[in-house]
Amino acid sequence: MNWLKPKQTKAKLLSETIQGYLFISPWLIGFLIFAAGPIVFSLIMSFTRWSLLSSPQWIGLNNYAEILLDDPLVYKSLWNTAYYVLFSVPLGVGFSLALAMLLNQKLKGMRFFRTIYFLPSVTNLVAISILWMWIFNPEFGLLNRVLAMIGIEGPLWLQSEVWSKPALILMSLWGVGGGMIINLAALQGIPQELYEAAEIDGAPSWRRTIHITLPLISPAIFFNLVMNVIGSFQVFTQAFVMTATAAQGQEGGPNNSTLFFVLYLYKKAFQQFKMGYASALAWVLFVIILIFTLIQFRLSKRWVYYESGETRN
Amino acid sequence: MLKTTLKYSKIGLAYLVLITLAMTFITPLLWMVSSSLHSLDGVFEVPFQWIPEKLHWHNYTDAMTLLPFGRFLLNTIVITVSVIIGTVFSSSLVAYGFSRLRFPGRDKLFGLCVATMLLPGQVTIIPLYVLFAKLGWVDTFLPLIVPAFFGSPFYIFLLRQFFLSIPKEFDEAALIDGASRFRIYWNIILPMARPAIATVVVFSFIGSWNDFFNPLIYINSFEKATLTLGLNLLKTQIIGSGVTQWHLIMAASVLVLIPNIVIFFLAQRHFLKGINVGGLKG
Repeated sequence: MNWLKPKQTKAKLLSETIQGYLFISPWLIGFLIFAAGPIVFSLIMSFTRWSLLSSPQWIGLNNYAEILLDDPLVYKSLWNTAYYVLFSVPLGVGFSLALAMLLNQKLKGMRFFRTIYFLPSVTNLVAISILWMWIFNPEFGLLNRVLAMIGIEGPLWLQSEVWSKPALILMSLWGVGGGMIINLAALQGIPQELYEAAEIDGAPSWRRTIHITLPLISPAIFFNLVMNVIGSFQVFTQAFVMTATAAQGQEGGPNNSTLFFVLYLYKKAFQQFKMGYASALAWVLFVIILIFTLIQFRLSKRWVYYESGETRN
Repeated sequence: MLKTTLKYSKIGLAYLVLITLAMTFITPLLWMVSSSLHSLDGVFEVPFQWIPEKLHWHNYTDAMTLLPFGRFLLNTIVITVSVIIGTVFSSSLVAYGFSRLRFPGRDKLFGLCVATMLLPGQVTIIPLYVLFAKLGWVDTFLPLIVPAFFGSPFYIFLLRQFFLSIPKEFDEAALIDGASRFRIYWNIILPMARPAIATVVVFSFIGSWNDFFNPLIYINSFEKATLTLGLNLLKTQIIGSGVTQWHLIMAASVLVLIPNIVIFFLAQRHFLKGINVGGLKG
């Protein structure tokens, strides 16, 4: 570009800038209307009492005070969500890793097995939730029929305060296909020479797994972990579909044992129309997710291995 | 000798685990299909007959007459097609800007775009509902369609990755020939990016077709429901009335799942690609 005169370069730069902003303008406008604006508005709303019908009333920190001090259902839903995250995330991350390693063997038919394991994760969550309601049916459902065959009397699952959350966790393991695919791609990206060298050195296979495989796919595991935590904190559809009885407003049962945080937020906002309170709940969730994500990034420096040798933030 | 025996027993063990898991993964779907072909008494029979003596295909037509599923299907197609068109054009335009042009603030804005992917939807859903309510858009398809025309960060990211792999010489040659940036985008880059566009189409199809939360919030009238929302309505209706007619509910669920399964088998490689590009950004 040396042959261009400075003036022309400047004009070219200006025109490229204008065109560049024109090209990204759909996103830029969308970002302002559908993300940045609502974020600011949501924060303001969280300091008000507002039912949509009347005009909003400024009540300062009252919503937050009520959430932290005065609303037992907040703690109930936080506990339910924590329980779900605590079991479904490690089990899901571990299971998707185990499946990927199983599929990464040089055997015939791996594409077939991959398809079968992957299929349930690319479906309609409402249809799947209804299917699992039937599977968890205490008397005639598939699961308790199978358990009965081996002499176990199955629990009431979704109708039991104790077993409703384990039921949803079990169901979530059926959908680990996406994470499995990410792990599998990472496994297949490991150069074979590394294994051959280790084999010549006489390293047994379990040592090769620990010292070569796991470090090299740790970025994929980390990605799955972060996305899984964020997703599990927002669990909604399964609980909404599977635990509702005939009457609206009953979702989250029995006895609020599946009242997850986002489900509670939904009920406050769209069944009771407490928009201010629900906005405050959303910010509490946002802060919780942010803290957990930051902790994971901080801890990741100790175990996630990036080939270039530099750690990311 | 001992070594080969050991090797074969290892392979045998691997297949045993693989097959057991495959059965575990597929059985719920088989159970759904089997239940959908039983009579009401049949689904409650002990022991369960995996292949019913008489196949009750009419369960499917019965399920479709309980609610206007044809109407729901039409609604879902209108919404999904609009979302796909909006997503493909807006996201590819933005991705072109982020990948082929140089302008101040570009990389910071792209960082912001990627960062919004991590924003939990709950923070924006209430203000958006208020916005759409003020615009009079509640109980129309607009809240489900219009946002798609403003680019979606995940697809922008995915397309930008692909555009970056196309040599810049194509643009430069066309520029010297006097082509405008938009023509380069439209006539050169978009046709070359067909595989990446296909991935975006598949993903936005799945996202829109199966969306539950947004229709649940924005659609109130029965005749405007999507398939997913309608399926939940059917479930509420059936479970609320006496003996649950699981055979009908399963037939309706199978119908809603069929497009998913078909797309899955037709476009499996696009799924794999999209998921892996998504995975890379970690």
